[in-house]
Amino acid sequence: MRTAVTDTTPVLDLRAITKKFGPVVANDRVDFDLHAGEVHALLGENGAGKSTLMSVLYGLYSPTSGEILVDGRPAKISSPNDAIALGIGMVHQHFMFIPVMTVTENIVLGNEPVKAGPTRPAGVLDRRTARLRVQELSDRYGLAVDPDARIEDVSVGMQQRVEILRALYRSARILVLDEPTAVLTAQEITELMAVLERLKADGTAIVFISHKLGEVLAIADRITVLRRGRAVGTVPRAGATEQSLARMVVGRDVIFRVHKEPAHPELPILTVEDLHARDDRDLEAVRGATLSVRAGEIVAVAGVEGNGQSELVQAITGIREPTSGRVEVDGIDITGRGVRAATAAGVAHITEDRHRVGLVLPFTLAENLALRRYRQPPLSRHGWLNLKAFRALAERLIDAFDVRGGGPETPASALSGGNQQKLCVAREIDSDPKLLVAHQPTRGLDVGAIEFVHSQLIDQRDAGKAVLLVSLESEEVRALADRILVIYEGKIVAEFSPEATDEQLGIAMTGGMVAAA
Amino acid sequence: MKPSRLARTGRSVLIPLITVLSAFVLAGLVMLVTGNHPLSSYGAIFDGTGLNWLFPWVTGQNRTIAAQDLQQTLVAAAPLVLTGLSVAFAFRVGLFNIGAQGQYTVASVIAVWIGTIWGGMNPVLHIVLAIVLAALIGAVWSALAGWLKANTGAHEVISTIMLNWVAIWVASYLFQEGGPLQGKQALGNPVSNTIAGNLHLPVIWGNPELQGLDVGVFLALIAAALYWAIIRRSTLGYEVRAVGHNPAAATASGMSVARSYIVTMAICGAFAGLAAGIDVFGWEFQVSSTTISTSEVGFLGIAVALLGRNTAIGTVAAALLFGALETGTAAINLNPSAINPELAPQLTLIIEGLVVLLVSTDLIAVRLLGLPRKVGWGRPQAVAAARRDTLAADDPALDPAEALRPEPGL
Ligand SMILES: Nc1ncnc2c1ncn2[C@@H]1O[C@H](COP(=O)(O)OP(=O)(O)OP(=O)(O)O)[C@@H](O)[C@H]1O
Ligand SMILES: [Mg+2]
Repeated sequence: MRTAVTDTTPVLDLRAITKKFGPVVANDRVDFDLHAGEVHALLGENGAGKSTLMSVLYGLYSPTSGEILVDGRPAKISSPNDAIALGIGMVHQHFMFIPVMTVTENIVLGNEPVKAGPTRPAGVLDRRTARLRVQELSDRYGLAVDPDARIEDVSVGMQQRVEILRALYRSARILVLDEPTAVLTAQEITELMAVLERLKADGTAIVFISHKLGEVLAIADRITVLRRGRAVGTVPRAGATEQSLARMVVGRDVIFRVHKEPAHPELPILTVEDLHARDDRDLEAVRGATLSVRAGEIVAVAGVEGNGQSELVQAITGIREPTSGRVEVDGIDITGRGVRAATAAGVAHITEDRHRVGLVLPFTLAENLALRRYRQPPLSRHGWLNLKAFRALAERLIDAFDVRGGGPETPASALSGGNQQKLCVAREIDSDPKLLVAHQPTRGLDVGAIEFVHSQLIDQRDAGKAVLLVSLESEEVRALADRILVIYEGKIVAEFSPEATDEQLGIAMTGGMVAAA
Repeated sequence: MKPSRLARTGRSVLIPLITVLSAFVLAGLVMLVTGNHPLSSYGAIFDGTGLNWLFPWVTGQNRTIAAQDLQQTLVAAAPLVLTGLSVAFAFRVGLFNIGAQGQYTVASVIAVWIGTIWGGMNPVLHIVLAIVLAALIGAVWSALAGWLKANTGAHEVISTIMLNWVAIWVASYLFQEGGPLQGKQALGNPVSNTIAGNLHLPVIWGNPELQGLDVGVFLALIAAALYWAIIRRSTLGYEVRAVGHNPAAATASGMSVARSYIVTMAICGAFAGLAAGIDVFGWEFQVSSTTISTSEVGFLGIAVALLGRNTAIGTVAAALLFGALETGTAAINLNPSAINPELAPQLTLIIEGLVVLLVSTDLIAVRLLGLPRKVGWGRPQAVAAARRDTLAADDPALDPAEALRPEPGL
């Protein structure tokens, strides 16, 4: 299928790429091409093979068969170095940084400007030049970063921009973005879109992977859909709709907004009073938050990233010790008593970062699914594990939550990002909590899986559980919440009904005064 | 996913084998350069280990000698299994235990002290008590490093090394001329009292007078089995592995990272202490300031654990290799016409050094198995994730760089 982007040779042409991992066929004879100045989106369910295809392109995996042409010439890409030399840049689905190094250092690493040092003619990192170049790039594309901040101290949004700058620094003319917007706020996404437009105008060819169909429709020139490893079609943006794309992705119609009955809240399960907590840098991040969640309702905490959401969640779930205040679950005071006490009181927690906190990646699926209750029978007795029970639990949950890409003995690291997320969701919901804290529960999930998780959360509510949802996605908040609390600078500053307008929410989230709706 | 599992197991056996072979080849080059014949030298060393006893065609006088040598090899391997387990267990929780030597030392002191007092006690009870206390003091000594790590963040590499020196100097002092534990009959010699004959561990193979093989080797094998059971089958081992792989996720699951560090280090120390127990009651029977300061059992445990990839079976196999090398290159066991007896012990050190070097660089594995060398330069997790299809799932040691990585804070 040819579209009228340009009629010259494609800068990139993947031909019949097949990649197998043992018995798993991650890519099955996939064709994919890309022209200069074009954004070609890659869509597909979790585990469809998008990241794998791009890893093949970037030299991280060698294809089982197939051919890669760059500028019409066959290219042999056996390592990322080869890819970089060909002008290919990659922004990974899960960031790859050295957290203790600065933004500048992370960007120039691997291709550092050097100057003569005291011992060697040319062997010392030229910090000034490095910083200047980073600043220059950052200005040119409007990718605002703080060149001297340490990576671990900056927001994910900035980390995302650093990843892009890193690719640009190495003069990428083919830029692969693997779910770049999964962790960004609406504002940051708008900014990113503007950056991509600018790059496009400069002639950069862009592969854009995302599960958010709205974004894809906004930025892509063409859209290719993968399903279970195969390319099932390429369509131009013109004429495509969210519905039509969703149908191509999942192979059936998708309900974007799961139906829900009005809530019948009962007694409060979670009560948080005047909670204070400090962040990792020892700054006060939660400053007197007060809220409550009743059985049978979903309460969403909405806010701009970095207003204390993470610390609030951690203080409630026992991961972080609050400096003062009170957390009560179903009448039990669990303030500062740790995760185990919180779990015992009936708290479950879908963490915001599946790789760093949610999963033990080298553990098998069975071992990961057991993390919440390995101390209880039948999973263990008198300190000894029952591996049969591990396996049974895993088989049941893998089936019930449609986790694809492996069995009980597969390491979690081998799953696609979205399937790893399903693993976390499955484990927490299955622990049969009184309070379910869901922090970005659908990060990185495909449209079908989001529909599934949303209906699971609503089922939990209807089963009389209290659900605390913390999400940056206003769509999600609106679709699920019975009440919306706005967090600003560590405090709950306003409460809205789900009918509140974007404008009302937006003003409250940025600290403006509003009359509660 | 049976086939890939088989492949993984195959690889985890193959890589250490390649490592060892390369070490032997490189050491062979050293022999060539120094004018020795590698093949006949290795032949002589092999005969010196007593492993030729396994060949039915070795008979008569040779067979008797081979049996004695093999007993020596096993006696030497038994404590190495235990100190290897001590280091391996710590690796599993993400700590680098350099302290096996110190744990072994304090336990030696306690073992020989208990073994030489309370003359009238029931011998069986006496031995059991002494060995249990030796393991216990090793555990306490080691847990100290775990406690420091958990509560002050003091890096375990530093604290275990310092505890080693404290142990070694205190022990040397105790047995020195005029020291509080110097033996009564040992005037002028810095040695302890000697353990009475009825308190020796029973010899199960060979002549007790010629240091036959004592039951210590069984204790070592039982410990290895226990190690496997704890790691693979107990909630404790599950916690240890979770903390070792990802402390943040472990914390979020309600595990206490601090407690894991302390408990793990205690168990490590118990293994090393047990090693001292079986050495003292199996064949040493006394401890001297000299043996204290020249012993390397604990340090060799690091090489054993690295080569054994922190698995129970691997540790046993690696300990056997190092035990055999030690015995095989002991001048007394060698045929001087085949190899220069002065070179032989150095050769052991060379091979051991090479093994550690090769294991820790991961180089051969990477080259021979065709893994991309630089798969990215992210955090170790990200790199490991990129290599996820080539490395075994739950074995930090498969990538020693991973096992050695400085762990993220608590
Ligand atoms: N290293 C690996 N070893 C084994 N299986 C793998 C490996 N990498 C990917 N897979 C499998 O290949 C399939 C495709 O995975 P991939 O990560 O490409 O999916 P994806 O389309 O990027 O999904 P997501 O949207 O969830 O990120 C999945 O079934 C996954 O389990
Ligand atoms: Mg992916």
